[in-house]
Amino acid sequence: MTKDLNRPDQSDDEEGTLFERVTRRAFLTRVGAAGAAVGAGQLHAVAFAETAEAPVHDAPAAGATTHVRLNVNGQVHDLDIDPRTTLLDCVRDHLKLMGTKKGCDHGQCGACTVHVDGRRVNSCLSLAATHEGEMIRTIEGVGQPGALHPMQAAFVEHDGFQCGYCTSGQIMSAVALLDEPYGHTDEEVKEAMSGNICRCGAYSNIVSAIQQVRRKA
Amino acid sequence: MQSFQLKRADNVTQATELGGVRSGGTPEATATSTRFLAGGTTLLDLMKLDVERPQQVIDIHRLPLAQVVATEDGGVLIGATVRNADLANHPLIKARYAALSQALLSGASAQLRNMATTGGNLMQRTRCVYFRDVASPCNKRMPGSGCPAIDGYNRNLAVLGTSDQCIATNPSDMNVALSAFEATIHVESARGKRSIAIDDFFLLPGKTPQNENVLASGELITHVTLPRPTPGNRSAYLKLRDRASYEFALASTAVVATVSAGRIEHVRIALGGVGVKPWRSREAEAILAGQAPGAAVFRAAAEAAVQSAQPQSMNGFKIELVKRCIEHTLDLTTQAT
Repeated sequence: MTKDLNRPDQSDDEEGTLFERVTRRAFLTRVGAAGAAVGAGQLHAVAFAETAEAPVHDAPAAGATTHVRLNVNGQVHDLDIDPRTTLLDCVRDHLKLMGTKKGCDHGQCGACTVHVDGRRVNSCLSLAATHEGEMIRTIEGVGQPGALHPMQAAFVEHDGFQCGYCTSGQIMSAVALLDEPYGHTDEEVKEAMSGNICRCGAYSNIVSAIQQVRRKA
Repeated sequence: MQSFQLKRADNVTQATELGGVRSGGTPEATATSTRFLAGGTTLLDLMKLDVERPQQVIDIHRLPLAQVVATEDGGVLIGATVRNADLANHPLIKARYAALSQALLSGASAQLRNMATTGGNLMQRTRCVYFRDVASPCNKRMPGSGCPAIDGYNRNLAVLGTSDQCIATNPSDMNVALSAFEATIHVESARGKRSIAIDDFFLLPGKTPQNENVLASGELITHVTLPRPTPGNRSAYLKLRDRASYEFALASTAVVATVSAGRIEHVRIALGGVGVKPWRSREAEAILAGQAPGAAVFRAAAEAAVQSAQPQSMNGFKIELVKRCIEHTLDLTTQAT
């Protein structure tokens, strides 16, 4: 099967396999669900043991949902979600916008970076239900194949990635950086981008890409 | 993450009513079962780890408390929900409280600074690995369970203000600068309002490390005020850490100093990364007052700051590190430019 390199959003899902046409995401979802079921069983046991000692208040039953109307990339979505749902899990699991990545899930890596009202934030440390009325932008809202944002084009031109997992977060950060009060030097860019970790070590090319766009802006 | 009820407050009265004692609940029960959520950068992180397990979360990020304004007495009022990035880049703060701007910009990442708030930063919890791991004992998280850090991994932990129950460091940069500027913290609850000097806000661990500050059940931080800066003062925040950015302090120093006619007329020193709370060093200030700035007196002040320091197995290096940090920051703020 040939991959359309202009459609990075498809490359995750449409790898052919030798034996059956099971997409990578569907496969991982099934394995993940089985894993989670085992994990949940263990967690439940722990929680049960602890509640025997802890004072019990009127905590809501798991499964209770809350309604939220979210504006993501200019589209309004009415959702009923568990209040615990992070903005990251909401855009990925509920809205199926898979461009935003889950890395550490604790605000330490920047892979989940999105914009809220034009400002970059870690979507993993934010509850989706608190964002009603705010403008959320994910990588899908920044540019599209054939109509890339200048920052996306610069990342391609400068080879600002290897594995690509951190890239959408890097680009969301870099696009927001254009409107922030940082100086012109490479050092300032490195400081401004320190919240986005790249394990492949594409940092120098990322700085080159960002500086090219800043010089043209 | 434990399930919780999510409620949204649009004004302070609503927030304090929601955060007050719930029907049938005791104040103590409410204290552990209710949390105000602003930026979420600490709270959600700890909720995912099950360190925080509130049953009611009150979203306060829309409260009209996001202003930074000059006060009539020449100081500044900083709302509790001002984002750290906005505070750091505010013209008034940059011009008159430089060390606060520098401290904020040295903390976390650009994304986190866009989320974290003034009030939330004051409530930031320790990064002690045992506190964050619910499989470990921890006197702060489970009073009486023990402190594995004292004989364990304590490289990042405190040397000042520790007890035999807890050696956890307050991780905030902002709080260190606020201490040097002698901030006042203003809180409100259904029972009324009160103001607390920052030095009285944070508690030493002693035998009760679970109590980190003087906030009572249902009290909400509404704003912070800073007094008028001493005329002619210079201030700086210097942070030493394992990497150049996006890392907590091993040692840091905020200095606010005024030199007049070759003498140190006024000086405030606060330390970060080394204390169980943002560590105001009146001992160092006393050595410096009235003296001519210079290496010898800076060294004497640094020695005074760490006189009561208690090193653990892995963090003894912090004592020399913070001394040099103090000396260098005094250099930055008192030497002729």
